[in-house]
Amino acid sequence: MAQATNDVPNAVGRFGPFGGRYVPETLIHALEELAVEYEKAAADPAFHRELDLLLRDYVGRPSPLYFAERLTEHCGGAKIYLKREDLNHTGAHKINNTLGQALLTVRMGKRRVIAETGAGQHGVATATACARFGLECVVYMGAEDIRRQRPNVFSMKLLGAEVRPVTGGSRTLRDAINEAMRDWMSSVETTHYILGSVVGPHPFPRIVRDFQTVIGRETRSQCLEQIGRLPEVIVACVGGGSNAAGIFYPFIPDADVELVGVEAGGRSRRLGDHAATLCHGRPGVLHGSFSYVLQDEDGQTCDVHSVSAGLDYPGTGPEHSFWKETGRAAYTSVDDREALEACDLLARLEGILPALESAHAVAEALKIAPRRKQEEIVVVNLSGRGDKDAAEIARLRGEEF
Amino acid sequence: MSSIDLLFQRLRTAGKKAFMPFITAGDPDLDFTEAVIGELAGRGCDLFELGIPYSDPIADGPVIQASYNRALEKKIKLADILERIGKITGGTGCQPVLPAPPIVTMASYAVVYRHGLEKYVADAQAAGAAGAIVPDLPVEEAAPLAAICRKADFSLIQLITPTTPRDRAKRIAEQTTGFIYYVSITGITGERESLPPQILDDVAWLRQQTPLPVCIGFGISRPEHVRMLAPVADGLIVGSAIVRRMAEAAVKPRRQVLDEIGRFVASLRAALE
Repeated sequence: MAQATNDVPNAVGRFGPFGGRYVPETLIHALEELAVEYEKAAADPAFHRELDLLLRDYVGRPSPLYFAERLTEHCGGAKIYLKREDLNHTGAHKINNTLGQALLTVRMGKRRVIAETGAGQHGVATATACARFGLECVVYMGAEDIRRQRPNVFSMKLLGAEVRPVTGGSRTLRDAINEAMRDWMSSVETTHYILGSVVGPHPFPRIVRDFQTVIGRETRSQCLEQIGRLPEVIVACVGGGSNAAGIFYPFIPDADVELVGVEAGGRSRRLGDHAATLCHGRPGVLHGSFSYVLQDEDGQTCDVHSVSAGLDYPGTGPEHSFWKETGRAAYTSVDDREALEACDLLARLEGILPALESAHAVAEALKIAPRRKQEEIVVVNLSGRGDKDAAEIARLRGEEF
Repeated sequence: MSSIDLLFQRLRTAGKKAFMPFITAGDPDLDFTEAVIGELAGRGCDLFELGIPYSDPIADGPVIQASYNRALEKKIKLADILERIGKITGGTGCQPVLPAPPIVTMASYAVVYRHGLEKYVADAQAAGAAGAIVPDLPVEEAAPLAAICRKADFSLIQLITPTTPRDRAKRIAEQTTGFIYYVSITGITGERESLPPQILDDVAWLRQQTPLPVCIGFGISRPEHVRMLAPVADGLIVGSAIVRRMAEAAVKPRRQVLDEIGRFVASLRAALE
């Protein structure tokens, strides 16, 4: 395998061998149109000006890079910094992508948007962007995720979106993507699909990554400004992998910066009990892309489990597969219990309630920091805030909410 | 020439059209799959499209999704399906159950890739299948599988849809073997009340571009659909309307369900003449 490079994907959407476009012919024309429109937008300074202004005045960027002093003391090792994506409007990094794609939707002259959501963060961010631009919005969400992320479901409705429960399959993120794709099969001429992660057919993995790289670009300049140098380690959680791709990508050429992706270890290492695709899966095809997947010997997608609805996904972005194979990023997993403990610890020591997704990255940082020297720096991408998880955490603890 | 090429050559010479049912393999079990193929071959079906159940079929509507799920819940395996195709066609050396029309498998690329491209073609061909449809493998990604299929004289049927631009449609036609699967609608599989009249022009145009047979599928479920499309097509594919009836095998005597499917298909088949 060649070295990791920032010069991916190629024209046909390949990150090394990964990526591509494995979808029904019906969708190909729309994907080509999207790729062309995106190229035009990316080369248009007016597009960037409009997006940058929205990110500043509407989202509240740049998000702070915060030194977590008490968490650092607790670990007794490397300094832990948090990239505060939880402070964005709508409470997660997802808005970076949905605003970019909403602008693309308007440029393409489409008035209707569909999206899938797991934890509901992407659904809320899509509903928000659609409200902001006056676009009709339909969000597909697994029935199981609707149950465990109720606050986000209600927010989406308040924002004027229609939330359609998906009752097929495992009733989680993967099924929501299936259903959104099926909607798109019929509506492709008038509808844009705002995919929420760096997954799916080309050009989605590239578009979503590009819109999320604002996280890494800011982190890089904030490290230089606040610390005077780059960090030793960057840690981010990986489901589909958009927040990780966003913070990793600008650091790919900085070979001395270690990149660590943290997957959902769930209940156990047994297939079906976790969602650690890069750790335990193998290359295959899911949702239009060739990447690591969790599937059986016949290519049937496996059921997965995580306490976190946003990491509960049997696939992962093709660029993560590329980074894994090239050795540029390392992937590990953190189980449900460790994530819940990290969530608790961050809340008590720093007064920050992280999303259960982001808590996986925090948990990994808690393992890394004590093994490192005090002058070393670990940056954690705190991709979202945890309000949405409060009720589910209460239920798991057997407490009243 | 594959058996599909021979079939269409024969039909064209006779001025006839192909009728092609789609059925799910293993819903509710492979014995019933075999029985349905036997019943429908007896009703004059020319070619079978055998759906290999897949967990995430994004081109399929609720009827075929549910059918795939029923088969998968019973732990249907590709190896068992291939073995059964072999039994039906005589491909595995046993006496064929019937003088079977050609069978093409319809399998997601996830399934084909996991099995191994070479191995999939070799195993399906050894079982007596004549070709494959891979509904999520667009022409840009199809080259590796197409090369293997071409070498083996195993048809790789590709799809053209109403959203396919015309220059692209020509490119797809050049890469296709067996027949072209023209998708009647912009959407997923499932019965429709009516079909867009635009198909007629689009398929007529397509048939001028290629010597390959063009078969139309998606949404076809009524004799009037068949009468509408037959003049422009080389064949018609009917899936959900049959699969929906197969589902009743769970609650009704199988012989009765087979009769009902047989009569339904015969009514469509008659409209094709």
